[in-house]
Amino acid sequence: MPIKAITPDYHGDFKDGVEKFNGNQLVNIHWEKHLMFAWPMCVPLPPGMPFGALIEGVLPGIFGAHPNFKQIDWNAVEWKTSKGPFKPDLAKSLSDNGIGHKTTISFRTPGLNGVNGNAVC
Amino acid sequence: MAAEGNAKPAKKLSLKENYALLTRGLGWEPSYEKKEDIFRTIDFEGVVIHDWDKWEDPFRLTMDAYWKYQGEKERKLYAIIDAFQQNNGQFNVTDARYVQALKVFINGITELEYLSHRGFNMLAREFPGVGPRIAAQMQSLDELRHATTQIHTISQYAKYFTGMNEFPYQFDRVWYLSIPKSFFEDAVTSGPFEFIVAISFAFEYVLTNLAFMPWMSGAAFNGDMATVSFGFSAQSDEARHMTLGIEVIKFLLEQDPANVPLVQKWIDKWFWRGYRLLSLLATMMDYMLPKRVMAWNEAWEIYYEQNGGALFADLARYGIKPPKRAPETIAEKGHVAHQMWSVFYANRDAVGFQMWLPSEEEMAWMSEKYPDTFDQYYRPRYEYWKAMEAAGTPFKNTTLPQLCQVCQWPCLFTDSGDPTTLSLRETEYQGQTFHMCSDGCKDIFDDTPEKYVHAWLPVHQIYQGNCFLPGVDPTAPDFNPMYEALRYMGIKPGVDNGDFKGGADATNWEKWTSRPANIHEGAYTDAVRDSHIKS
Repeated sequence: MPIKAITPDYHGDFKDGVEKFNGNQLVNIHWEKHLMFAWPMCVPLPPGMPFGALIEGVLPGIFGAHPNFKQIDWNAVEWKTSKGPFKPDLAKSLSDNGIGHKTTISFRTPGLNGVNGNAVC
Repeated sequence: MAAEGNAKPAKKLSLKENYALLTRGLGWEPSYEKKEDIFRTIDFEGVVIHDWDKWEDPFRLTMDAYWKYQGEKERKLYAIIDAFQQNNGQFNVTDARYVQALKVFINGITELEYLSHRGFNMLAREFPGVGPRIAAQMQSLDELRHATTQIHTISQYAKYFTGMNEFPYQFDRVWYLSIPKSFFEDAVTSGPFEFIVAISFAFEYVLTNLAFMPWMSGAAFNGDMATVSFGFSAQSDEARHMTLGIEVIKFLLEQDPANVPLVQKWIDKWFWRGYRLLSLLATMMDYMLPKRVMAWNEAWEIYYEQNGGALFADLARYGIKPPKRAPETIAEKGHVAHQMWSVFYANRDAVGFQMWLPSEEEMAWMSEKYPDTFDQYYRPRYEYWKAMEAAGTPFKNTTLPQLCQVCQWPCLFTDSGDPTTLSLRETEYQGQTFHMCSDGCKDIFDDTPEKYVHAWLPVHQIYQGNCFLPGVDPTAPDFNPMYEALRYMGIKPGVDNGDFKGGADATNWEKWTSRPANIHEGAYTDAVRDSHIKS
């Protein structure tokens, strides 16, 4: 049912279209079962950035303080978005891997589930 | 003169006649303007009102009596505030951690009183019925009074402690203050009926006791006589507002059956929005009061599960059901305060108050109060963070969070079935992605995406480059976006924020009072140790 408003056919402006981010797009990243970071992190990234550069250049700055981070075997990591699991091609860009503006990427690191295996931290 | 002297005095009006003349008698039928031109916002929401005179004024209060009562309350309150200031009452509170909670109050709550004043002012103009117009006018004045008394009370603290002197500026800019701001602006920009159901019923009637009872008891228990005084001064107003809330609901439901689904939808929406806003209170109650009166889950049980349960049982005869997402609030009650404190602690360099980890004494209390959740899900995190502090590598998050498009909290809440999995929800709307923290917020977005696509989300605004002061050059080699965003928000980096221990408030507190800034940890500075040796 359309919104009821004083102005007929009222529609707010889209406040966060990709064109407003100076060439970047927003990407949200969540490391599952590591609730020391208990919310997805939001970062602006170029859509053409290779997925491998996300792993090497971006994720350490966000999650590097966690003792599990250095132990991650990136070949074993399981990735997913709201559309389901996917296997990234590290050489291809975020866009070519299906990562669009405001996509939330969740990743799981089998065998590494928080400090001392406790997902709450 | 003699003739006048012989005239019989005018008959004294009965209370009922006096009331009728000074309320309903103040209205008039327009003669040269059409009613629909005068009351232009009353129809678009689809509410059907057959007879405004069926409105039972719950207050039986006339405007002249209102001024008299309020004037008396003001005189008493300001006498106490004067005494509080002259006696340096700000140093009689339990410790300097308590003051951090006042910062959340002045920066996040007081402006809501002002927004409420504006909202009820509009209702006083927009409602065609005289009874509800007068009720709205009185509440509008009440809310303005609450804002001013809170500002005056807390101004004494602002002379001695950090982070309270920029509250109107911060309210429009600080990232987490967009949570209360967006809540109330959503209400104020709704139609008049949605506003009054949202604020008078869902917020004031169903939820406000949570804000009032435990919080004011907490202020009293921690020696804050100034806050207690404005709380009690406001409380008789609040009782009137709650009565208005229940009258509004009964009036709308009794006027026409077509109103029932609209009211139900607004109750579902505003109960959830109000609950999400009050989650802030959960963490204030459990973590920021050095001496605690009750835990959040106990408050929720008394003030929502029991009282709210009785209320909605009573409303069932109108066809009204309990709020759709009430079960989620009950499932979350053992988690929400802890999840929120974790987020604030991790982001303590980006907030306008100072943070600490709970002491052993506090964690023991939480274990007792939250036997099903605290030891399993939260204690291990705090103990690890304590170990990191002790090792000299304290944990700090440095990346901005993903926010909920509706409530604007970071998406920090967990699924009710699994406290180690986040409750992330999203919607595709006109080719764009929108994120929500919960099913409750997703319901609201999906119902009126036209409104929420327009939300001013601080994280996105920072990344768009809209949150820097004039003259700041984001292309400069030494540009520090976090530092500059804090300056834009009115937060002084390194003064207002960061760790409580070693911070300005804790250090000054010990210097000025010779008492520990944190009653659970003993002295931080020599100011306390010296005084103990001397005495």
